[in-house]
Amino acid sequence: MTRSNIALLILIACVAALPLFGGAYALRLGTIACMYAVLALSWNVVGGFAGYPSFATAAFFGFGAYFAGVLMGKGWPLAAAVVAAAIAALIAATLLGAVLLRLRGHYFAIASLSLAEVLREVVNNATDLTGGGMGLNIPLASGSGVMAEATFYFYAMWGVMLLTAIMVIVVAQTKLGFALNCIRQNETASSMVGLNTTLAKSIGFGLSACFVAAAGGIYAAWVHYIDPSDVFDILYSVKPIVMALMGGLGSPLGVACGAFLYLGLEEVVWRNYIQIHTGVLGVLIVLLLLFLPHGLTSLRFDRLRRRAKHA
Amino acid sequence: MPELLRLTGVSRRFSGLQALRDVNLSVAPGEVLGLIGPNGAGKTTLVNTICGVTPANSGTILFDGTDITRTKPYQAARRGLSRTFQIVQPFAEFSALDNVAAAALFSQPGESLKSAREAAREHLAFVGLDAQADQPAATLTLAMRKRLELAKALAMQPKLLFLDEVNAGLNSAEVERATELIHQLARSGITIVMIEHLMKVVLNVCTRIVVLHNGHPIADGAPREVISNPAVVEAYLGQQYAQRTARHG
Repeated sequence: MTRSNIALLILIACVAALPLFGGAYALRLGTIACMYAVLALSWNVVGGFAGYPSFATAAFFGFGAYFAGVLMGKGWPLAAAVVAAAIAALIAATLLGAVLLRLRGHYFAIASLSLAEVLREVVNNATDLTGGGMGLNIPLASGSGVMAEATFYFYAMWGVMLLTAIMVIVVAQTKLGFALNCIRQNETASSMVGLNTTLAKSIGFGLSACFVAAAGGIYAAWVHYIDPSDVFDILYSVKPIVMALMGGLGSPLGVACGAFLYLGLEEVVWRNYIQIHTGVLGVLIVLLLLFLPHGLTSLRFDRLRRRAKHA
Repeated sequence: MPELLRLTGVSRRFSGLQALRDVNLSVAPGEVLGLIGPNGAGKTTLVNTICGVTPANSGTILFDGTDITRTKPYQAARRGLSRTFQIVQPFAEFSALDNVAAAALFSQPGESLKSAREAAREHLAFVGLDAQADQPAATLTLAMRKRLELAKALAMQPKLLFLDEVNAGLNSAEVERATELIHQLARSGITIVMIEHLMKVVLNVCTRIVVLHNGHPIADGAPREVISNPAVVEAYLGQQYAQRTARHG
């Protein structure tokens, strides 16, 4: 295993200690941090490894939230509902990928963007099942107290993050990761050396969907109420891309750090500039990408230290 | 002798342009076939059509006894058809080694990353790139990238190898080196179809030549015979020149 992958696992292990130090607010932030990391790490499989600019994250997130939400409404336990949502997303995205991933570049981006819109409309109109625009209430689990519940959902989201990280690391080191890497660099040449590009891309797409759907399912249970405009929000598609770019495309450690950094910025800006927070956040992102185009991973701390010594 | 490749009535059209017109062609095992013709004659299209990149609109292609007319490029590659590109197509960020390893990995069933890298080292040594094994492909010179293409094609353990202008853009020393490699490959028993503009190389290496003109073969035979064929001279140099040489000998 490479050093940066070990560092990623250590980072995730450190995050697990959060409940020892923080209150309910810290746990809430921690849960969102884990969720963002799941989205960004998952996006990295399609966007970072295979180089396909996917805007489908919101679609998978909403799909998972509603799939698990509806099942929980029918009395399924949380774990079973989330696993079912993840498996359904894996299968659906793999099949969809076989169609969508025939498009390249901008065409693929637009097609993947429309996916969330289509699902949102489906959910809006399937009123009997999903409650439509009225949203969906998810039954409360046993009333075990605010802190216990916050801790539970934090660890649930943390667990999905750990699984996502392991998935990404495994993919990166196996034939599939190698294949996606080839596809990013030269898809024509990949198929000429005997690589079934459609299959590799579809599996990659499926894997990137399944943990996002799991995170969506946990999110639905955590907030107890979802509606289409919340879980199919286009920002769920855009944020992971920004996080990956901030952290460093393709590097799992960088992407996870990017997710945490993004959340930190978002929170700090929101607290201090409540009226202009989206504007300030936007400017910050532009500045970061301008001056650090290859993300956090391009920072070489040893080089900085050496420069400091010479100065 | 059984044929390795047989094309029967193969045609391919790009909207208004008839790129290939009723091509009949067969390649015997062990042959080194030169595919020549003026620019735009359809040589690369013919290779693309056989490899499944631009499937034929009509006609059939038999390879090693099976119909491959409708196979996808990756399936053709796994069957033992490999090719180099006229415009080199490396995986730019990968090292030379991983470029070749990719070819070994995806074309051979059951190959692991580790065994593919081992095989890749041998193929790099064969084309003389062992010193550059760990260098990113983007930093190699054109001549080296052409040899990298060759190593990739060889790593696929081809039965039939298409070489699409491996010598274009090389200086004469590099051409000589590449020609020597092709000789070696031919001696090792790989059947080769090469598209080539340098007649010196064609005459030196090929056992047979097919001339393509406007998407149709106009001559097929031993190298010396073919290049003195009036129809071929006409295709390359125009009708007037052909008539003049015919008169004055």
